[in-house]
Amino acid sequence: MAAHSTAAFTADDFKGPGDTPVFHDAEGKHHPEGGTMLGFWLYLMSDCLIFAALFAVYAVLGRNYAAGPSPKDLFDLKLVALNTSMLLFSSITYGFAMLAMEKESQGRMQLWLAVTGLFGLCFIGLELYEFQHLIHEGATPQRSAFLSAFFTLVGTHGLHVSLGIVWLVILMVQVQMRGLGTENKRRLMCLSMFWHFLDVVWIGVFTFVYLMGVL
Amino acid sequence: MSATSGDVDVRGSGREVHEEPGGHGSFRGYMTGFLLSVVLTAIPFWLVMADVLGNPRLTGIVVMGFAVVQIVVHMVYFLHMNTKSEGGWTILALIFTLTLVLITLVGSVWVMYHLDTNMMPADHGMHMPAPQSVPVEPGTAAPAPHQHQHQH
Repeated sequence: MAAHSTAAFTADDFKGPGDTPVFHDAEGKHHPEGGTMLGFWLYLMSDCLIFAALFAVYAVLGRNYAAGPSPKDLFDLKLVALNTSMLLFSSITYGFAMLAMEKESQGRMQLWLAVTGLFGLCFIGLELYEFQHLIHEGATPQRSAFLSAFFTLVGTHGLHVSLGIVWLVILMVQVQMRGLGTENKRRLMCLSMFWHFLDVVWIGVFTFVYLMGVL
Repeated sequence: MSATSGDVDVRGSGREVHEEPGGHGSFRGYMTGFLLSVVLTAIPFWLVMADVLGNPRLTGIVVMGFAVVQIVVHMVYFLHMNTKSEGGWTILALIFTLTLVLITLVGSVWVMYHLDTNMMPADHGMHMPAPQSVPVEPGTAAPAPHQHQHQH
């Protein structure tokens, strides 16, 4: 087997510490350090495609009101502006948490993470209030194709944020229990990307669904 | 701008041995991104809520433009995207994804728009009164296709 070494690998590449050939790359020396980050980035890109499909559904169905209410009748832009600011604030506070992590000050990082989680909860709370208000007015997902597409798109985003908050709380507990190790730092950076990515998706939502809807 | 030099400072300090898209950035970078995104959020909301331009089509285009700029700002200052992280693989994945996103969005809208206009012979062109052509349940389907056509 070892005789089949190609030009890319020399026999030394397969030598373990005790001069025995090692085929399994246990030390991970052939993988770049940021492998997890790239993998998570690829996951985010695939998530981006899910949102693209939902945006496409909304673009196609968003004007089919079935003689029901239109965005102009339903959307309250002041509430959406408040909601957007919650998500924006949570983005910058997560940024502060990452800066605190870089300076190894765990307490300050936990504090910023808690603030981020609270802003996230405010966002989800406002969104649930909006949904409840719409359903109370009879604008349920079953009412028209527009409302089905609206609830699917905005609901999927809200579900992502909710799971992000769960993830955030779990990471805070882990950091509290085990400190700021390499693993926890890596996890926190993944969540950072996830959180900022959701903010990017929300830019598309408030522009395309809310602002352009009431025009 | 100034924040980019801040990023370089952090990298240059030797604290960051490896580069990744989730790198930490700097306080200046985060603040620049935050202030830019506040401005880029506030202006479209103001344009729509106060009806500044007075023309829905123009307002829509301007608002979309602001969204694109804000997405780029978030990518650069919050997600720390650059052409060098992970040896260029993140930006390559992003470009590939954006291509697919564009095909999904433009393709769906294009195809469905033509389906709408070409595949409804009973409703296309002539506005026949609904009760004569097909028996329709009262108050469900009849007004919708007409309203739908005017929207396009």
